[in-house]
Formats: sequence, C-alpha cells, structure tokens
Amino acid sequence: MSAEESSAQVLTPAGLEQLLTVLRQRGYRTLGPTIREGVIAYDEIACVQDLPCGWTDEQSGGHYRLRHRDDRALFGYAVGPHSWKQFLHPPRQRLWSARRDGETLQVRCEPPGEHRLALIGVRACELRAIAIQDRVLLGTAPGDPHYRARRTDTFIVAVNCTLAGSTCFCASMHSGPQVTGGFDLALTELTTTASSAFVLQAGTSTGRAVLEQVPHRAASAAETAAARALIEHTAEHMGRQLPSDDLPQLLLRSLEHPRWSEVADRCLACGNCTMVCPTCFCSTVEDSSDLIGQETTRTRRWDSCFTVDFAHLHGGSVRQSTRSRYRQWMTHKLATWHQQFGSSGCVGCGRCITWCPVGIDITEEVTAIRASEPT
Amino acid sequence: MHAPKPRLAVWKFASCDGCQLSLLDCEPQLLTLGEALEIAYFPEAATVPMRGHYDLSLIEGSISTPRDAERIVAVRRRSTRLVTLGACATAGGIQALRNFADSGEFIAAVYAHPAYIRTLATSTAIAEHVPVDFELRGCPVNKRQLLEVISAFLAGRRPAIATHSVCIECKSLGRACLLVAHGTACLGPVTQAGCGAICPAFQRGCYGCYGPHESPNTLALSRALATLGLDRAHLLRLYRSFNANAEAFRTESARHAR
Ligand code: SF4
Ligand code: SF4
Ligand code: SF4
Repeated sequence: MSAEESSAQVLTPAGLEQLLTVLRQRGYRTLGPTIREGVIAYDEIACVQDLPCGWTDEQSGGHYRLRHRDDRALFGYAVGPHSWKQFLHPPRQRLWSARRDGETLQVRCEPPGEHRLALIGVRACELRAIAIQDRVLLGTAPGDPHYRARRTDTFIVAVNCTLAGSTCFCASMHSGPQVTGGFDLALTELTTTASSAFVLQAGTSTGRAVLEQVPHRAASAAETAAARALIEHTAEHMGRQLPSDDLPQLLLRSLEHPRWSEVADRCLACGNCTMVCPTCFCSTVEDSSDLIGQETTRTRRWDSCFTVDFAHLHGGSVRQSTRSRYRQWMTHKLATWHQQFGSSGCVGCGRCITWCPVGIDITEEVTAIRASEPT
Repeated sequence: MHAPKPRLAVWKFASCDGCQLSLLDCEPQLLTLGEALEIAYFPEAATVPMRGHYDLSLIEGSISTPRDAERIVAVRRRSTRLVTLGACATAGGIQALRNFADSGEFIAAVYAHPAYIRTLATSTAIAEHVPVDFELRGCPVNKRQLLEVISAFLAGRRPAIATHSVCIECKSLGRACLLVAHGTACLGPVTQAGCGAICPAFQRGCYGCYGPHESPNTLALSRALATLGLDRAHLLRLYRSFNANAEAFRTESARHAR
C-alpha cells in the first residue's frame, strides 16, 4: 500500500457540502459542473444540489446529449464544452486604457485584481491542461499578470474519472484518468444507487487544512481498492486511442500529406475546436478609441489559428487556405508544442472531437496520416 | 482654433431603415457624435438637401432601380470615404430574392399599375456599383460595431471588426453549441461574427444575418445539416434569406434549388 493510499480518507455528500461551505467561508468563489443549456457546464456552484446529480453524457464526433444515470452519482460524466481556461484565461480581458488630458496622456493599466477561485471537479486531463497553460502564460518572465492573479490562490478539488467518455483518450496522452499532482484535494466517487462516497486524498498543506474543517473518516482497504479498480477500468475503456510517442516525427515528415486537403474539405474553419480546447491559449488584442479621440482601450480576446487574421503579417495572411490552418492547429498541438513548451499540447480530453460541428476527429486524422504514410 | 468638423452623410437606398435606426438608437453617443462630426445629410433624422462634399458617407440599402444605380455614383463622387451598412448594402438584402426569380412576375402580382414601376431585375450590393471603403455587416448592423467604424474613421485607424465565424463569438460567451448539443440547425459556422451570437444565446440557430465569414465552407455545413435531417427545401430557405445574394450563400443555395 502506498503512502498516499494509506492516508486516504472518505467523505460523504454531506461532507462535500461542508467542503463547499468551508471554501466559501475562506473567501473562494466555488466553480464547478452544473446543468445549463442542456449540457454540463462550469459555473458558480453554491451547494451540492447544483452539481449534475444522476446525469451523464453521451458523446461522439459532433454530438453531445445529456442522459440520466440509474444512480445518484455527482461526477458520473466526462468533460463538457467548457474548460477551466474560461476562468483562468478569460475570453476577454481589458489590458489598459489611455486618456488624453490636454497635451498629456494618462495611461492606466488594468489591475489584475484579486481572485480566489476554487475549482470543483477538475479531471486529470484538465489538471494537465492547467499545468500546460501555467508553463505557457507564466513560464517566461514576466508572465501574464492577469493569469497569475487568477492562479496564485486557486484551490483545486480534483476528481478521478470513473467513466471514460467515448471521445476521451487521456490514457494515450499519459494525462489521465488518474490525477497525479497539481491538486489540493482529489476525490474518487464510489457510487451505489442510493448515494455516493468519496475516497479522498489531500495533495497540499492547504488541502489538509481545509480537510481539517470537514467531517471525514479513514478509508477502509476495500474502499481504496474499489477506487483504484474504478480508475483502472476507466483507463482500459477509453473511447479513443492515439498512439502518441512518435507524433512529432510522424506529423513533421507529413507536412505535404494529401490528408490535409481532404480534411480541409470537411473543416468549417469555425474555430470551435480551439475555443473548447483546454490548452489553446492564443489571443489577439483589439484597440478601440472613442468618437472624440479622448479615450482608447486595448482589450485582449481569444483568437484561433482558424481565423484569417491570426496569420496576418505584412501584406496579408500567410495561411489563406483551411488546409494550412488545420495543419497548423494539429501540428502545433501534437508536434511543435513539444519543442516550444516541452510537452504535447494535447491532453486527450476529446473536446475538439465532440464539439466540432462536423465531427472532425484528431485521432482519426492522425491514424489516416499514419496508415497511408509513403514507405 | 477649431478645424472644421468632418461632414457625415447617411444615405438610403432600397432598405427597411433598420440600419439607420441602429444609428439613431445610439442615443447616449449621438450628442458626442454631433460634437465629433457635422451631420450634414441624414433624411431619417432631418430633411436637409444634398450639398457639397462629405468626408464620410454611410450607405444603407441596395441598388434595385436604374435611378439608384445613377444616384450611388453621384454619392460616391461627393464622398471621401464610403461605408456600407447592413445586409442590403453589402449583399443586396432580402429583396435580392428577386435575383432568383422573374421580377416582372412579382411586379405584376403586387402593383395595380405595373407600367409605373421602373426597377432592375436584380437587387445588388453597393460594392457592385462603386468602390467601397468598408462594409459593415448585419441585419441590422450592431450599434456598437457602427460606433466602432465611425470612431475608427475619425481616428484614421482600421476598424476592429472581426471577420471570423459566429462560433468564436458564441464560444467566447460560454454558450453551449446548439448544433452539437441539441441538433439545432445553425449557420454560425459559416456566418461572420458581430451580433454577439444573439440567436444561439436564445437557443435559436444562427440565421446568417451577417453573411458569410472570411472562409465559409457552406458545402461541409450543409452535409452536416443534412445528417441532422434537413431536406433540400429547408437548406435552400436557410441560405436564401437576408444575405441570399452574398456569393457563398448564393452558390450554396443553388445546390439545393430544384
Ligand atoms: S487537442 Fe482536442 S483532445 Fe487534445 S486537449 Fe485540445 S481539445 Fe482536448
Ligand atoms: S476542425 Fe471542426 S471545430 Fe475545428 S475549425 Fe474545423 S470544423 Fe471547426
Ligand atoms: S450554436 Fe451555432 S454559432 Fe454557436 S458554436 Fe454552435 S454552430 Fe457555432
């Protein structure tokens, strides 16, 4: 038995309720999965009742539906359309504004503000994605002050996946389904038809301090074994596979592969894949001045490598074709990201597959390129 | 010492006046607008005859009569910058549905004395008749975008108007995709952003009011919509609305016409 497992605890739904209360008392904004617009979205959650109790999802390329489970599981689904980046690296962020004052200019940088975010129900792939965005946005000095402000005091309650969605492939990307670090508390939900219990581990001293304020008990050997078995079962039942060890080499020697044109015939260049991807971080800035030229504001907003403007250099966009834009997206995620940030840019969450309106599947595209590689 | 204010004109061609109303709807900013510009010609707000040269002409409406085809040339000659507003001026508008039919039949059916009607067989975008400096999309245009274009003109900078898909706007607002999560037909993936994804926010698929985006793949979207159960008649109606005559929508609708 490992040290972690020997220290495993058990939390009941009432304990989870208390955990949310304690986090809110400590000044955290508690964010987590909840049903909204017919999907499991991430939003403010005040109590356990706000969680998607007894719900699961059905996912495939370009398809998502909520379904009832026959139990009262609180985390019995895979990831939905949202990712935590919408809170940590929000879609719009004002950066600075300037005001003309006679002959002088007053420049006001947007203060990053104070944020205490508690993220409830973060999956292994999402923890990996957050770690990637940390590297991208904070890894090189000076880093992004707005992201830093949101990450400085993030409390993370992770959840081990006890079910793999049919577009999930985290096991291939070595990023799940078991959480391995980067959390304050981690839960594994053991569900019976009547209720749930959570096998729980603390990952940080803050996590342990919070746990002190929440009723819990030591886990039995049977409970830890059940939790471990559930995670193993999830790992063995991934919806998709993507053998990933040679991807950079494979893709970078296939830049002229005919498959890129074939996928471009299907791709809408709509950008949905990059919007839902938890690691995509690209943004652009917009300047706007008022009518009388007194005030101007610079705003950062999410951008996508699928827009024409994204690759606008002097004289025009260097990626006019959807072929070149799709190739940029996929080779960046799976190949050049390694050189740039020291890991894959894909954590195997499957969102880009489910939320692509035409169901383009990154694993299928790689498989097609691999299968027809000129030998 | 004050430099003379730039002179603004707002022109109406074949249209419903909705875009001009978007301008009038900018109430809190209208006073500032009056400070920044001389509103020299704006029949919707006040009747003043056309006179002199205009620094900025905003054009609402499409060209659908021989008289308007001449008038737009005169307007262009009097304007330093010419910006078209809305689906009518940028694509021909809903009235461009005539382009797909025999306009003579419509005239005979609608007017008691068809002989008095002098109209063109087609309704077309302003840019098909004269050079246009900027095209602002929408049916009607979004007032925030309209103020942005005017502000950009006054500052001599490029307007911050995105030409990408509605989806990017929809997702940036945290909306769940209707197409994927509910099987609702949505033109968002081929339509230009700008409206703030209003329809998806109210669980309605995008109607394509802002016309095709910068690189629309309508064929691929139609294939996806067909698998959701849309038949050819439905697809035809989807593309033949306010921006029926915008090239990508026109070509796509032709594929579904009988
Ligand atoms: S590329 Fe797709 S599967 Fe990989 S992390 Fe991004 S959204 Fe998830
Ligand atoms: S791959 Fe899919 S989601 Fe991504 S841009 Fe193309 S059509 Fe849109
Ligand atoms: S609802 Fe429509 S606009 Fe929004 S993401 Fe889906 S397809 Fe795009």
